[in-house]
Amino acid sequence: MHSPSSQMADGQLVSDGMVAIAKKQRVQDFFFHRITQAFSLLVLAALLGIIISLFVNAWPTFQKFGFQFIWRIEWDIINQDFGAAIAIVGTIASATIAMLLAVPLAFGIAVFLTETCPAWLRRPLGTSIELLAAVPSIIYGMFGLFVFAPLFADYIQMPLKHLLGGMPIVGFLFGGATNGMGILAAGIVLAFMVLPFVAAVMRDVFEITPAILRESAYGLGCTTWEVVRQVVLPYTQKGVIGGVMLGLGRALGETMAVTFVIGNANRMPTSLFSPGTSIASVLANEFGEAEGFHFSTLFALGFLLFVITFVVLAAAKAMIIRAEKAKGT
Amino acid sequence: MQIDNILYKRRRIASRIGLALSMSAMAVGLAVLIWILYVLFSNGLSALDLNLLTHDTPAPGTDGGGLRNAIVGSLMIVSLTVLVSTPVGILAGIYLTEFGDESKTAELTRFVTDIMLSAPSIVLGLFVYAIAVATVGNFSGYAGSLALSLIAIPVVMRTTENMLRLVPGSLREAAFALGAPRWKVSTMVTLRAAKSGVMTGILLAVARISGETAPLLFTALNNQFFSTNMAAPMANLPVVIFQFAMSPYDNWVRLAWAGALLITMTVLLLNIVARVAFRDKVQ
Repeated sequence: MHSPSSQMADGQLVSDGMVAIAKKQRVQDFFFHRITQAFSLLVLAALLGIIISLFVNAWPTFQKFGFQFIWRIEWDIINQDFGAAIAIVGTIASATIAMLLAVPLAFGIAVFLTETCPAWLRRPLGTSIELLAAVPSIIYGMFGLFVFAPLFADYIQMPLKHLLGGMPIVGFLFGGATNGMGILAAGIVLAFMVLPFVAAVMRDVFEITPAILRESAYGLGCTTWEVVRQVVLPYTQKGVIGGVMLGLGRALGETMAVTFVIGNANRMPTSLFSPGTSIASVLANEFGEAEGFHFSTLFALGFLLFVITFVVLAAAKAMIIRAEKAKGT
Repeated sequence: MQIDNILYKRRRIASRIGLALSMSAMAVGLAVLIWILYVLFSNGLSALDLNLLTHDTPAPGTDGGGLRNAIVGSLMIVSLTVLVSTPVGILAGIYLTEFGDESKTAELTRFVTDIMLSAPSIVLGLFVYAIAVATVGNFSGYAGSLALSLIAIPVVMRTTENMLRLVPGSLREAAFALGAPRWKVSTMVTLRAAKSGVMTGILLAVARISGETAPLLFTALNNQFFSTNMAAPMANLPVVIFQFAMSPYDNWVRLAWAGALLITMTVLLLNIVARVAFRDKVQ
């Protein structure tokens, strides 16, 4: 195209009005970009805010006890003598029990949903597991307190105590009162609660295993179980570990499901049946009546809980991201 | 070639046992769901009557009573949360898909959002107490909404982002070719195309926050009386359930069960509606 006509065409197509509109649109786009960016940065601001405000409020406690706060076993409100060890032990013990029970069950559910379940049942069964995840945690707490704890005391604690309570070495684990409350009961209720989360992640990562890998294994004559154990599981390893840690993060930070059944005693638990407490349930129980220094120790507990769960969840997320990237290659 | 019959049998039996165990794990999961629903209905249904809606929570030691103040309080706190977190979450989600593909901040935001999704909710309550209760001097419905928003925004944000990613690129390109500016493309083309998915995200966020108890304990607290003043302590279902379930009074425990049934049914219904509505649209 030679120049005079293109100039003429330009002159007609790009009038001053259109340039003005384009300029206006660029300004609008600039603001749109920045506004949406500001909103997404709110999440980062919230994270920083949480860490800073918890730490500032917890400072008197850290100043007085230093790092020792983490392993001191005192929790004496009257003498203002505090340590986090009892709550940390309760939190970790109940979450560990929950994961020991929930992970094999979740694995079974994920295997069933991806391998053996008839196709027409996959959707309804998958949905019902997701619904189990949607039940509010306070419902698990009430269920634990009113329904599970009495049954647990009669049909699990008593037999276990008679059977194993007298044995050397492990006997101490099954001593103490059998009223249905305690670390083990809290762990089991927590297991019910995290089970659907872990199962859902495992199912999702099992589904990304390429069909050709599975079919090759079947073609070599593998049984279904061998395919799961030796092909699907190694292939999805990172995602599975990520899912387990995601569940662990939930279990560590859960308040309501634990508070109802753990027994809420500020003593170091000596057996699986003894009542204990977790960081979250100390907060739920004592925050309302706390004042002064006690207050700052509760913030210190909250800070510790946030740091612990943050590390666990960040590791879980990193694992899952790596598993998803592996899918692409 | 000879087949090692013993080995073959052993492998088949091992596979059968493994699959039988996985099937029983599924049965355990289903049994827990049915058991919880059964317990809720058998305890909650008898307490479900009109008094729940017409009477307020009873004082200690008095008979009867309902949950009117708690239901209204919960509705107000959750509505305000949705009003605040929907636009914030959607706009942030738009940023992550439309502008944030290469930038490091967007990647970090995505990572942090996913962690906030599972962060201990009681710690969010502590944080909001420190910034919105301790500074103002009293517990309030607003503080409760703020705490719940910290949970709802990440949910809306991530679903919006995922749904916008499903919108075909050709739709965006067609709009750009017509000379539409970016903000118009994002809000009037892609967002509109992903509307039902985004609605699902909002419904799931509502379902998630309506049962949350821990963040409300230190923020909205509770109120024995009927109140629509969001600047004051406000009754809400989760905290009422928590206090009443742990109490020694029979009628309080009965009300706690009724409240538990109400909340669970709402949450499960929202989940089912979200799934059904979304499935129809996508396929």
